Amino acid sequence: MSAVAEAPLAAAPADARKAGDWLLIATAILLCVWVLLPIYLLIVNALSSPEQVTAFPKRFFPSFDLGSLSFFINFAGVARALWNSVLVATLTMILAIGLGAPAGYALSRFDFPGKGTFRFLVLMTRAFPLPLLALPLAVMFIRTGLDDTAIGLALVHTTLALPFAVLITFSLFSGIPVELEEAAWTLGCTRWQAFRKVILPLALPGIAASAVFAFTISWNEVFAAAVLTIENRTLTAFLLQSLGESPLYLKFAGGAALVVPALIFIFAVRKYLFAMWGIANR
Amino acid sequence: MHGKALPYLLLMPATVFLCLFFLYPFVLVAFEAVTRDGAFTLDNFRTMAGSWKFPVTVRKTLFLAAIVVPIQLTMALLMASVVSRLQTGRSAALYVFAIPLGISDLAAGLIWLAIFDQSGFLNTLLSSLGVVDKPVMFLGYQSKLTIFIAVALAEIWRATAIMMVILVAGMGLIPREYYEAAEVFGASPWQRFARITLPLLRPSLQTAIILRVILAFEVFAVVAALGGTNLPVLMGETYNWQFTLQDRNVAAASALLILAISIGFTLFFLRVLRVPREARI
Repeated sequence: MSAVAEAPLAAAPADARKAGDWLLIATAILLCVWVLLPIYLLIVNALSSPEQVTAFPKRFFPSFDLGSLSFFINFAGVARALWNSVLVATLTMILAIGLGAPAGYALSRFDFPGKGTFRFLVLMTRAFPLPLLALPLAVMFIRTGLDDTAIGLALVHTTLALPFAVLITFSLFSGIPVELEEAAWTLGCTRWQAFRKVILPLALPGIAASAVFAFTISWNEVFAAAVLTIENRTLTAFLLQSLGESPLYLKFAGGAALVVPALIFIFAVRKYLFAMWGIANR
Repeated sequence: MHGKALPYLLLMPATVFLCLFFLYPFVLVAFEAVTRDGAFTLDNFRTMAGSWKFPVTVRKTLFLAAIVVPIQLTMALLMASVVSRLQTGRSAALYVFAIPLGISDLAAGLIWLAIFDQSGFLNTLLSSLGVVDKPVMFLGYQSKLTIFIAVALAEIWRATAIMMVILVAGMGLIPREYYEAAEVFGASPWQRFARITLPLLRPSLQTAIILRVILAFEVFAVVAALGGTNLPVLMGETYNWQFTLQDRNVAAASALLILAISIGFTLFFLRVLRVPREARI
């Protein structure tokens, strides 16, 4: 992960190097503005009164009026949708880690026939538009009574989150030397004790990060949520289905309600982003 | 014996889950797509392809992907190069670039709605600069081009991060000795990028492109937020078949088509950007 080495070069004139540095910094700042400015504008809208949101011309600074947000929170169905989103995301998180972490551990510690097949199965999930799974599952869920329930949607979201949970825990456990475990065994620990007392404490921050990531995936998912829920809509499903009739300030306040937690989540897992995506290179 | 069975026991829950909620639904969706009332038929595909909206939907979805993905690839390479060369503020820049990774496509659509809406920020800027006298309707049913541009921008904004992270990770794997050697031989920064970074980055490029192209065919909520039905895309039509038209067999056929396109492109890029085993780092 090292930066490209900028070894001092006698041949290159110092001026050109300095100009290059400025160009680099300017590009970095420009790209940051490109990412941050649209989010800022959404937040400006969310923190303005409903009249200001629909008025023209717009102010580029928020008036810190909570009118839009309080309208949003008190709008029929929003509080419930928020609760459903949190519930589904929490269930997804538990399922993804509960199923994924053991698999990640097995992949990192054992060599066994069938390992390649399993890895292929996990990687294959990435080559499919997974939200489409919701269509056939809608029928299956009606038969089994899982339709329009938090757990039914969480099961679909888990198919999205599980591959990440497996891959990130695999890379986590691979990073912990097996010798630590072996030392614990020689000191009389059983396999489970060695795992719980030696490996788990070391892996916990990473497991927490992949749990947060699983939560985020579910929190953000739109298509499956809209297909599988009717009464118990999540926030994304609620916003999607009310796009046609809801006023602008409701949309923007809802957008901000989706974005702000996501900003915190990504901040929390920033160190682990590479373990999650970088592994794709192997 | 205990030791032999353990890995299988650990893998079992995940495997059973994936079979039940990943493989089985795909069998189901394929089955629903080629049957109607229990009998085998290709009518669902005919109905789907016979809809007046179908050709324009396929065309717009492919066109959107063809515009968005190359721009994203370029921007992701630029971001990754900037990040790997920055000496101060590297992790801050990385976090900022990665932010859209955590943002829902629906939220991204709403973010760009704040800009492109008739009373939005773009109109405010344009009118204060005197470019327009009164706010322009960018997202009305008559402004197909501006809707397309708004959707493309929102997609570029939202999903470049995913490629960037993969590419940054890939760049970290390239041994720095290669760059040092190139500098000794007087290679310019551009030459170093074109002759070392790009070729050695091929595995990551492959992953990034495949992942991104698949996501490009799944574009749905961004379009719903910005264009409604004015910009038909495959995923949106699938949703319509399921809900507005209440025909899940045709919806399944439509889903199968998206799947086929995704798999087709995956295989294509696996082949085109193939990395010979001996050339891997």
